[in-house]
Amino acid sequence: MGLEIAFWILAVIATASALAVVLLRNVFRAALALVLCLLAVAGLYVTLSADFLAAVQILIYVGGISVLIILAIMLTRDVQQGSPSNKLRIPALIVAILFLGAVGYATTNTLWQISGAPPVAPTTAGLAGKLFGDGGFILPVEISAVLLLAVILGAIVLVREK
Amino acid sequence: MSIGLEHYLILSAILFSIGLYGVLTRRNAIIILISIELMLNAVNIAMVAFSRYIVPLLLTGQVFAIFIIVVAAAETAVGLAIIIAIYRNRDTIDATQIDLMKW
Repeated sequence: MGLEIAFWILAVIATASALAVVLLRNVFRAALALVLCLLAVAGLYVTLSADFLAAVQILIYVGGISVLIILAIMLTRDVQQGSPSNKLRIPALIVAILFLGAVGYATTNTLWQISGAPPVAPTTAGLAGKLFGDGGFILPVEISAVLLLAVILGAIVLVREK
Repeated sequence: MSIGLEHYLILSAILFSIGLYGVLTRRNAIIILISIELMLNAVNIAMVAFSRYIVPLLLTGQVFAIFIIVVAAAETAVGLAIIIAIYRNRDTIDATQIDLMKW
């Protein structure tokens, strides 16, 4: 029962703050709404018993990416001008609603093979076994290390004063 | 009515549609990037929900979600660097005015 109440509260918060991100004209307030949305998504991970992912979400998204975005907003000084929408408003709305309808129809009409097994309680050890253990995802882990190095070098080169 | 897989998938689809609308309509390049983050988060919710309800003992969906978070962080860092470089050169981040390669 408590899980259901938590889900509905978090779902309403996530949807409302996502709408605020897209509809607010003030760029800074949109970034703050994004922080709220990311926190709600972290709460949804907790309701799905993904404790490690919830911590990762708060550390990386709420702690890191949002600071980066707010820094970029401060550097570009377009806060006063705001974020007006372009001419594609009606077609974009139609595309988004069509997508939502298609996915909703597919979701409700598929017979999912729900497993009744209880979830793994602390997921950290299981995730570590998956990532670094035998037959796991060790190659993608190494590739993502290379990707992060390339990203650090690329970002420094792009924003460096000539 | 208890919460099931469909609830999470519908919520994920709603968040993805909102992000899609934002990407298509906003003119500020930073808001476009933020909307892409929303879409990636929606996909993550779907991944974790599949992992929780279809294969609760395998945790594969959560591993995928971790990799999506890594790539999303990389994409944001490089995207914001590109936006700042464009702002230095052209004094605007309005996506309708950055049309040098448009015909």
